[in-house]
Amino acid sequence: MTLTRRNFVKTAATGLVLPAFVRSGFAAEPLKVGFVYLGAIGDYGWTWSHEQGRKALLEALKGQVLTNYVENVKEDASAVPIMKDLAQQGNKLIFTTSYGYMDQTLEAAKQFPDVKWEHCTGYKRADNVGTYNSCFYQGRAVTGTIAGMMSKTNTIGFVGSFKIPEVVMGVNAFTLAAQAVNPKIATKLVMIDTWFDPAKEAAAAETLANLGCDVIAQHVDSPAVLQVCEKRKIYGFGYGADMSRFAPKAHLTASLDLWGPYYISRAKAVLDGSWKPDDTWWGFKEGILAMAPYSKAVPDNVRAAADKIIAGTKEGSYDVFTGPVADQSGKERVPAGERMKDADMLVMDWYVKGVQS
Amino acid sequence: MTLAFIIDALITVVGVTTPILLAATGELVAEKSGVINLGVEGMMLIGAITAFAVAFDFGPDLGDAAPWVAVIAAALAGAASSMLFAVLALTLGSNQVATGLALTIFGIGLSSLIGAGYVGMTVPAFDSFFPERLTGDPVGRVVFGYSPLVYFALFMVFAVGWFLNRTRAGLVLRAVGENDISAHSIGYPVLRIRYAAIAFGGALAGIAGSYFSMVITPMWAEQMTAGRGWIALALVVFSGWRAGRLLLGAYFFGILMTLELYAKASGFSFLPSQFWAAMPYIMAVVVLAVISARGVAGSEAPSCLGRPFMPNA
Repeated sequence: MTLTRRNFVKTAATGLVLPAFVRSGFAAEPLKVGFVYLGAIGDYGWTWSHEQGRKALLEALKGQVLTNYVENVKEDASAVPIMKDLAQQGNKLIFTTSYGYMDQTLEAAKQFPDVKWEHCTGYKRADNVGTYNSCFYQGRAVTGTIAGMMSKTNTIGFVGSFKIPEVVMGVNAFTLAAQAVNPKIATKLVMIDTWFDPAKEAAAAETLANLGCDVIAQHVDSPAVLQVCEKRKIYGFGYGADMSRFAPKAHLTASLDLWGPYYISRAKAVLDGSWKPDDTWWGFKEGILAMAPYSKAVPDNVRAAADKIIAGTKEGSYDVFTGPVADQSGKERVPAGERMKDADMLVMDWYVKGVQS
Repeated sequence: MTLAFIIDALITVVGVTTPILLAATGELVAEKSGVINLGVEGMMLIGAITAFAVAFDFGPDLGDAAPWVAVIAAALAGAASSMLFAVLALTLGSNQVATGLALTIFGIGLSSLIGAGYVGMTVPAFDSFFPERLTGDPVGRVVFGYSPLVYFALFMVFAVGWFLNRTRAGLVLRAVGENDISAHSIGYPVLRIRYAAIAFGGALAGIAGSYFSMVITPMWAEQMTAGRGWIALALVVFSGWRAGRLLLGAYFFGILMTLELYAKASGFSFLPSQFWAAMPYIMAVVVLAVISARGVAGSEAPSCLGRPFMPNA
């Protein structure tokens, strides 16, 4: 029911006569879910994947939820009034979908204690603020395996943004998985100190290609790296979304972020009253991470190896950060046979042996 | 370090430098006529989306001519957007700095609006038009391996240098920038000359923008020029308003930016990566300090830069 003035008067009038009936009537009102997006929904990257998640939520819980979203929200103080606006519009569950919204989410949440907030990739929680993240590194283990098997120069590249745990984890997982199938692998790493600058991303990829890298992964926001790979006749991967349209020959596969299952589960939790401010870290197993179809360039044995990594991750028998893992200086960081703890991963600020940066 | 390696690095430098050089060359002409247009970034974005949209929508019909038509459209779009600035700043005498900033904000918004439907699309890159056998070996590649826009940028900077210093029309343009009242009193159409200079600057900014969406990464993404317009503006000051130094300065910036990437990829981790990223700007400050310490001798800043001219006031 859309709330018009006439409806409102009617509802209020009924409320006077039949309070008990109205309470159950309100319970059937759809849950309003708000989303705060960093970029444009058409970016075919980070924001696009969250938007797909929103659509999946709307589809799965038809009639039970309504959704709102705001695009192009900056990671500064201007995000707070936008979040408050969403809360005032009656959204009872709000997802803030970028790391840089951390303190803003907490600030807005303090003023709207009856609204449930969920902050993506953050670590600060409150009574009504939960956090969620995806095990992106699980996808890196798959692309690393493919890179290690397909590189002829034994040199693979990585164009990163900033030295933050999320990116460092990706570099390390990519490198470790590649070394597992090809011990001679070295990873050349360029951090470009920005999330978005297509020209610089392209120049970094060209530089890596010039230095002998024949497979290049990226953790930046545009498909520029893939376009350079296409031009240089080497290989690359999409990140977050299938980017094969930008580089039909170079694009081997992509790790896909599918936020839908998570958004559906959280909306259900709010609807049945079981929502708690959790810290959720899902991956392949829970279905928020998947791989895009392998391209024709990926041979059968490589496909099989990559599929084995995915299957092992799902059933829990494989984890790329299983020891022994040594850092660049040779110091042992994870003892043989042990798995790295989540807490250690989330503060990772060192590169594994074989990363040249 | 082999020859092929150095040549490949050089090709990256050229790719990084060309759009900045194009935009700065256009801005140099505008500033020489006494107008400072801070809208370069916005005009570049309008050029970038125009070129991409034309190449994407009409590419199949135009065939081989598509990228050329796209770049011409970008130049026209850049020039047209600069006319908005010109009407406000010249005819209506508004503050040039504020109007230029407004043009940048407008360009960011307009390009995002037009570009919304083009995100996620791609077109063939506007690459070298020389036959493959010329670009096969490294030496051939360093001479013939570029997009036509690279040769155009080099040609334009020489042409502008020649125009400003060796032609009568260039002399008149400089006179308008140095002393608009005198130029007006001896009968030169000050405003018309400035309109033309701004349009030229806008056209080159538009072409510079098309270099992003047609050559470096054949795609459209919001704000894909990522601040290069501001570097172009800084470069004009850096060059002391001289075409020769503009060319050297642009390549100096390009080499530093590329060195940053090579240093990181080769593992020079003794310096933090932020230091490498800041390097071009640190060097710019150093060079500017050296220039100003030597007095204004090397600088040819136009005296009327940024000052509105109202002939009937």
